[in-house]
Order: sequence, then C-alpha cells, then structure tokens
Amino acid sequence: MINKEGKVKIPSGCAITGIIDKNGNKFNGEDIIKSIALMHERSNGLGGGFAAYGIYPEYKDFYALHIFFDDFNIKIQTEDYIKKNFDIINSESIPTKKNPKIYDPPLIWRYFLNPKKDNIEKKEIDEKEFVFKCVMEINKNFKGAYIFSSGKNMGVFKGVGYPEDIGKFFLLDTYEAYIWTAHGRFPTNTPGWWGGAHPFTLLNWSVVHNGEISSYDANRRFVEMYGYICTLKTDTEVITFLFDMLIRKHNIPLKKAIKIVVAPFWDDIEKEIDPSLKKELKSIRSVYASALINGPFSIILGFEDGILALNDRIKLRPLVVATKDAKTYISSEESAIRVICNNPDKVWMPAGGEPIIALLKKEYR
Amino acid sequence: MSLNFNTPLFEIIRDKNKCIQCKVCVRQCANEVHWYSSYENIVNSDNNKCVNCHRCVILCPTKAITIRKHRLEFRNNSNWTSNAIKEIQKQADTGGVLLSSMGNPNKLPIYWDKILLNASQVTNPSIDPLREPMETKVMIGRKPDKLKFNKQGDLITDMPPQIELNVPIMFSAMSYGSISKNAHEALARAATKLGICYNTGEGGLNKDFYKYGKNTIVQVASGRFGVYKDYLNAGVGIEIKIGQGAKPGIGGHLPGKKVGADVSVTRMIPIGSDAISPAPHHDIYSIEDLRQLIFALKETTNYSKPIFVKIAAVHNAAAIASGIVRAGADVVVVDGFRGGTGAAPTRVRDNVGIPIEFALASIDQRLREEGIRNSASLVISGSIRNSSDIVKAIALGADAVYIGSAALIAMGCHMCRSCSTGKCNWGIATQQYDLVKRLNPDIMYKRLVNLISAWNHEIQEMLGGMGINAVDSLRGNKLMLRGIDLNETELRILGIKYVGE
Repeated sequence: MINKEGKVKIPSGCAITGIIDKNGNKFNGEDIIKSIALMHERSNGLGGGFAAYGIYPEYKDFYALHIFFDDFNIKIQTEDYIKKNFDIINSESIPTKKNPKIYDPPLIWRYFLNPKKDNIEKKEIDEKEFVFKCVMEINKNFKGAYIFSSGKNMGVFKGVGYPEDIGKFFLLDTYEAYIWTAHGRFPTNTPGWWGGAHPFTLLNWSVVHNGEISSYDANRRFVEMYGYICTLKTDTEVITFLFDMLIRKHNIPLKKAIKIVVAPFWDDIEKEIDPSLKKELKSIRSVYASALINGPFSIILGFEDGILALNDRIKLRPLVVATKDAKTYISSEESAIRVICNNPDKVWMPAGGEPIIALLKKEYR
Repeated sequence: MSLNFNTPLFEIIRDKNKCIQCKVCVRQCANEVHWYSSYENIVNSDNNKCVNCHRCVILCPTKAITIRKHRLEFRNNSNWTSNAIKEIQKQADTGGVLLSSMGNPNKLPIYWDKILLNASQVTNPSIDPLREPMETKVMIGRKPDKLKFNKQGDLITDMPPQIELNVPIMFSAMSYGSISKNAHEALARAATKLGICYNTGEGGLNKDFYKYGKNTIVQVASGRFGVYKDYLNAGVGIEIKIGQGAKPGIGGHLPGKKVGADVSVTRMIPIGSDAISPAPHHDIYSIEDLRQLIFALKETTNYSKPIFVKIAAVHNAAAIASGIVRAGADVVVVDGFRGGTGAAPTRVRDNVGIPIEFALASIDQRLREEGIRNSASLVISGSIRNSSDIVKAIALGADAVYIGSAALIAMGCHMCRSCSTGKCNWGIATQQYDLVKRLNPDIMYKRLVNLISAWNHEIQEMLGGMGINAVDSLRGNKLMLRGIDLNETELRILGIKYVGE
C-alpha cells in the first residue's frame, strides 16, 4: 500500500505564480488560472491550488475555515469540536462545478467563525494562538478532517488535478481578490490526497512553493519545539510554520525573518563593516541556525498586506518578477507573466536570497 | 617469588640479511626490547617487552624489522580466551587492579557503521563545494529562546557568549601530564591555525601556552589541579569534567613518576606526587551543587565564557543532560563508552557506559521535547574516527565533536595502548625528556591541520551531496540517515528509518 501524504515525505517540483494589486483593486481568478495554465508542463495533474485575499468582505471579521472531510461522520464530529470553541456565523458547502478531469473530491465545506471569548480567556492566550491551536488539534486528531485554510477574508482552493482544472472546478472566476497566488504540482509519488496540494496555509499566511528543501527535518524538529505539529510532512507546511513562528510568535519584523530563512553567508558577514549589523547577523545565524532553509526553493508567501517572493541562497529554482502600474507579478517563468500582462513596465530575475516584497499601499490596507 | 607466567603478545622478526647493526632500534625503544651483542655483532630482541608501537619498524633504515602477533596459542576455547587467561595470571602475579589505556577495544557494535547517509538525485540538485559556498562554521554556547527587535528594527537581545568554530571539531581534553608539553603545543597551535579549540584537560595550563587562549578551553575536574583565577580566564570557555567515557564514575590518575618539575608547577602539586582526582567532585553531590559551581565559574569570569559540563554516556544520560542544561550549563559534552584515556581500570573501561550514538540521539530528543535544545550546545566525543562519523553525529543532533585519539594518531600514536607506562616512544604520552623531544611541534601541528582540513573537505563533499550548503541544516536532520542491520528498538532510539524506507 502506498502511504498517504503525512506518513511519508514526497519530493516534488512545481510551478508558482502570484499577482498583487497594490492599490487594493480586486480582480477575479481568470488571470491567475491563465498564468498557471501556461506552465502546464511543470505540473503532472497530481495537485493544483490557489490562495485569494479579499474574497470574503461580508465576513471579513471572522475566521474562514475551509475543510476537507472524508465522510459525513467525521464532519459531524469535527463540527461538534468547532461548536465548543467557536460561534458559527455561517457554514456552507463550497460551490463547485463538475469537471470531467476532477474526480473523487472529498466533502468541501467552509465555516465563518468567531472564537468563543470564554475559551480564549481560560487558556490565557491571544485569539490567533487560540485559533492556531484549534487548527492543529483538528488536523492532528480528527482523522478524515483537514483544515486547509484558516485566515480572515482570504481562502484557499486546492485539490488533485491540474491547477487550471481545479480553478474552474472551484469557480474562481466568481471570486474577487487583490492578491492571487497559484500552484501546479509535480510530485514524484503521491496517492493523490487533496490535502497534500498547495498552497499551504495557517491563519492568514499562505505559501506556494517550488522546490525540495534539504533542511526539512532540521526545520521540522525546530518548529516542533515551539508547539507546531507537522501533519503533512511537506516542505511547504514547514516553511509556513517557520514564518508564522518567526513573525507572529517571536514578533520578528518581516525583513529580519527573511535574513533568518535565507541567512547571509558567513564570509559576507565577516566582510560587514558596520559592527552593529555584523553583531545582529551573527546573532541571527546563531539563534536561528535551525530555521535556515536549505536546498532549492522559490516561494511566494501571501498575507493580508501583501506578498513576499524569495529564492534559496544560491538560486536553484527559477523566479521572475514583473511590474505594471500598481500590479506586481511573480512567477516561475516569464512567459506565464507575459500571457496575462503583455507589456510590463519592468521584468527582472531576483538574485538568490534577494527578497521581493510587494505590499498594499498603506491607505488601502 | 613465583614463576612469571606471562608470555609475549608480539613477535619481533628481524631480517638478518637486511640488519646492518646500526642500533637505531636499540636507542629508540624505551621499553628496552632490543639490545646489541658486540660479541656476536648482532641485534637481539626480547619479545616479552614489545608493545608493538612500530617505532623501531618505522625508524629502521633498512626496514629489517617486522612485528606480528605472537604465534604462541592457548588451546582453543571460546569462553576462556587467551585474554581472559592472561588477565588472571597478571592479577595473580601482582594483586593489582588491571589497567588499560586508550578506548574500549572490544568487539561491540559500532553504530556509526550501521548508519548510511543520503544524497540528492534529480528532484534536488547536489551542491558542488568546489564551485559554491559551503559553510561548516558553528557557534557553540547557549542561545536565547528568541531574538527581540525594537520598533526601529534594531536588535535588543544581548547574546550570551559564543565560541566560533570554523569546523565543528575540537581537540578533546588531554591533560598536561598525561600527554607531553610538545603534544600540547602541537594541539594548541593547530587549533589556532584552524580557528577551532583544544581542551587543556584537567592538568592546568603551562605558562607558555597562555598565548593560545583564544583557541583554548580550560578544564576543571574533581582534582582542581592548576585551577586559579588566571587559568579560568585564560581560555574562551571552561569545561567542568564530571566524567569521561573511558571510566565513568571514577577520576583521573596520574602516577607520580609523570609529575616532573614542570608538570608539578602547572598542576600546583609537589614533584613526584600521584595526582589522583577524586571520583566525584566533593562540592557536587547533586544537580543543585553543579549549578553553584557553574555560576561560581561564571562569576569568576564575569559571564564572558560559556561553561561546558562533560559527562560520560551512561544509562540515564538524557535526564542528566536535561538537568545540566537547567543548571545553567551552556554546553553539554557527552563522552561515549569508546572514549580514550591515558589509564583506566580495564573492567571499568570495558563494561561501564553506553555507545555515544544512543546517548546523543536520546539527549537531543529529550532536550527538544522539553523545548530547551537551543539553551545549550551539544558536543559529543568517544571515538570519532573519520569525517563521516562527524556528519552522522551532527545529523543525530550534535553541534560539534571532540576528537582525542584521532588527533594523537595524527601526531604519531600507533595505538599500542601502553600510555600508562609513561614510555611512549612517539613522545606523546610521556614526560621523559628524551622521548618528549622526539615529537616536533613544528611538524606535528601541521599534521593536525592537514587532518582537520581533509575532514572538512570531506564533510563539505557529503553536505553538498545532500543538497545542503550549511552545516546548520544538517543538525538534527535525521531524514538524511538510514539504519542498516539494526533492530526496531535501535531504530526507535536513534530516531531513524531503515534503509529502503
């Protein structure tokens, strides 16, 4: 029997794309589908998915949980747990459209939730930590239920299939977002589990990732010291946890967090003339040595205020950036940008370890 | 006086056609194996005295000498082996405790050899260390749980003291007294050249070597030999030695004949007196006492140096290590049952303690479960034989390793395991002036630099093969390991999968 994802680590190659409108103007999912579809050859039909920010304005103050259920039995059990910890503002089956290329989908539901204040106070933690703990609990202990999206005013849509088919299956042309990211997957071996597709998310973070990180077990065992449980055994999961831990739990500014995961080389640190910067970089490499992400990767990290695109330190995966007016495009291939933006203002390939940060303008946040 | 039952272990074969009676062997052998008969004009030898150190073999200009295992055999017996018989005869002869030198030589599993490494193929490119940066630097010391930045983005966390090692290797504690001054000089100079550290051992620090302080870790053991304020402040770190892998539960012994004038001054003991370290530290009868010593040392050095605590790998090493970290140690050192020694009771050396691979895996796991793995670095020792042992140790969770025997071998040790006699023909484990001067520090420090540089290249090759370009990403990365010829319990404790999984 082939092990389900989560029991075994599966290497995979991929295609990624991301678009942000820095003015906060929303647009539907047609462009992102078109872009990721162009890179059809980079995936193999065993996983595709999208993350979209700004899609639930009417529920923007509530946590939107997207959940896969294997059957109604586990759905009832999970809902019991949810009801104990949250007030359910709304719940519904996520609308889908039959597609001959998409088969055997699980039950796909979404819930708009407000955490119960009493429960949070009892645990003496903040609201986000409470939601984080509930998500971890369900994904670890409710066999057959899997939360694949848990942020506010954002959502993930993913499954087994080519990404363009997954996009049509979820009717993404009916959603409007100011950030879209997409992922097409080329796993070398997978039984095709919907939860294994990307993006991977936690709270408002979403990560699409192309690569196979060789530091996986070092990173995993590091975040597990801080209460994270890696249920999926995927690189993307552990990358998401790292960012969540560094930025949310350790309160580290985004730009410093980047210096942690793609740390400058020791040789360059030695050459640094500013003594306080040198000291800072040495401290970063000492304390967060196990958070260095190694091996080939290009990622797009989405969050409510914008996106971050990042390559490994020696650029072992492709990553191209383009801008046009208020829009920033990021993709594995330039052609996947030009197919939706034929006349960009600027196109460039960032260097290894060089972050691309595209944020919503302050007035639109 | 009864008849001496001892029979020789080795047989010296001299090719009479090649021997030119130059008497080099006679002069070189401190054990007085060879002698020249002017009457017959031949060189003779006494097999009984030979320890098989190869000194005569290598220095013989005509290569006339061969040493091999003596052909004399006892009647075959799988239970009463020749070793078992000889040990009884020796004890019946002397009434003493059996003493042995260097690490446990017995046929027990070597787990490094049952662990195999991974390499990248297709899905992940291997990295070529000849063409790409490949980092092996490590920082040793306590790390804060997290870094804090102020609103302007400036770092406001004060880092505890760290020791920077260019390669995750240090030379382990070998005291001045147990080894010679020249051997110490070679170790100190090699450590300085390599950007790593050597450890003084428990015998104090010779005044001539204070200048290598930036690459020195000073040791404080139960005998407190040579310990005073300047000594504690001389190095970049201080190691409290609780135990040693070769003799868990007992202290170091230096026979009085090794305590000459210089050793006497350095150790602060009278010339010719036996230096017997007590089995425990008499101010540490429990973990809270250890905390007091750790902080006494921190106070003395103004919190400027990481404090190491070294223990032998024993059954409940994981719980002990956790206690050590909570007591305030910045580095935990664990020495496995194969660890070397100048002299240890044979029964203790061969039967007490556990393999370092298991102690390491269980300590690393325990510290992680308790969320305190970052609070201390983990250094292991106890028979690291080559660079792949180091790669495996780091993947099992070590920050760095100590090497002792390997460093001595680089300086000429041939593992004759006779250190306790003080007659080391290679000038290492001796204080006899004519023998010590045979070890030339100018040459030997280069051999040590060569060894560590070669190992560093090999570590880089293996890292690159795994698609990793910083040793940080190997630490605790057990997915890079697979076990072979191991049972389920062994795999569980090591935390690794079986080959093919």
